[in-house]
Amino acid sequence: MINKISPTIAQALADVQDGATVLIGGFGTAGIPNELIDGLIAQGAHELTVVNNNAGNGDTGLAALLKTGRVRKIICSFPRQADSFVFDELYRSRKIELELVPQGNLTERLRAAGAGVGAFFTPTGFGTELAKNTDGSPKETRRINGKDYVLEYPIYGDLALIKAEIGDRWGNLTYRKAARNFGPVMAAAAKFTVATVHHIAELGELNPEAIVTPGIYVSKIVKIDHVATLAGGFKSA
Amino acid sequence: MYIKRSKDELAQRVAQDIFDGAYVNLGIGQPTLVANHIPTHIEVVLHSENGILGMGSAPAKAEEDYDLINAGKQPVTLRAGGAFFHHADSFAMMRGGHLDICVLGAFQVSATGDLANWSTGEPGSIPAVGGAMDLAIGAKQTWVMMDLLTKTGESKVVQSCTYPLTGIGCVKRIYTDLATFECTPQGLKVIDTVNGLTYAELKRLLGIPVMR
Repeated sequence: MINKISPTIAQALADVQDGATVLIGGFGTAGIPNELIDGLIAQGAHELTVVNNNAGNGDTGLAALLKTGRVRKIICSFPRQADSFVFDELYRSRKIELELVPQGNLTERLRAAGAGVGAFFTPTGFGTELAKNTDGSPKETRRINGKDYVLEYPIYGDLALIKAEIGDRWGNLTYRKAARNFGPVMAAAAKFTVATVHHIAELGELNPEAIVTPGIYVSKIVKIDHVATLAGGFKSA
Repeated sequence: MYIKRSKDELAQRVAQDIFDGAYVNLGIGQPTLVANHIPTHIEVVLHSENGILGMGSAPAKAEEDYDLINAGKQPVTLRAGGAFFHHADSFAMMRGGHLDICVLGAFQVSATGDLANWSTGEPGSIPAVGGAMDLAIGAKQTWVMMDLLTKTGESKVVQSCTYPLTGIGCVKRIYTDLATFECTPQGLKVIDTVNGLTYAELKRLLGIPVMR
């Protein structure tokens, strides 16, 4: 029998290794798996590489993880925000490495990882500073049918932390509104994917036509409470 | 004598050129104002990079849903017919040339349509790019909306960008508070100017060749 439902976040995250690459979903206030990030902080893995669109806001969630000093490197598209002071301080004091990636390349590199694509040519970033590797060397380029492209490689995750809406014991997931964002691509790009859900459905209850992430991409799901917070996505009824 | 277009007048000028049935992405900041001026007799579908088509206006107070936000992380609404999709699909819509128009802000645009809008390249500043590079080269038409001059009076439309590039030859039109331009491989062409601004004065402000 398949049962991917984990009773606690601590159990779901028990095997995270030091040095892991952790893909963390979310964009702005939507889809940030704060409960799983807190679980990762409690779990204690070190020397992490984190992939997220941003680099944390305020001093909770991802920012709290960064503050522990356990993140060696962050791969993101938009680290600088009005309230990204935790990251800003770490970056300025050279305590964290940054790989800045255009948002579409970031998500396509994740998609490539999940889809078994070895690398891909993208027009995004051609002729810009971001067509360079972090050591300053130029990325490979190619002109195809008169248009210029940059070669980009997949981003593989050891772990993905995803915030979903409804899940079942096979790990099938649906999302809520724009909280879907990076969830489906990250779920496929990681060896081990943990998703929080607000409801657990009986097997067969989710409409097969409406399942967004099929359970094959999901390792564990954990039910969390509906929280009426800005970062949680829900307003109290 | 001439009077500059206000931010709303500029947004209105941009909105005038958006056609019925267009799929449009409005960048963060000033371009979001364009949504308020889209003529009511046409139907336009707004795209948001975080996985929304059919984005609607801001919600009423106390109706905010923080799972439904735009690229600027502000709460929005979804219109009837709207759809949600994941990030890879959202950026495939850009890169794949499915969006008709995107409207972006800029630090500089070159006469041939090179765009600089993500970094001023200041030493010590923290770089951030977001979806700017994907949008710039992805949409069928990339339009820029900005003041023509910097606070110190230099033209932001230039022969060649000095700020780090976002994309090469990707801007088709530049809407400014003083004039509207087309970027062509042959150089800059003026489409219109505000009342009273002469071609000679515009040329002086630009400091680079401009075709009529």
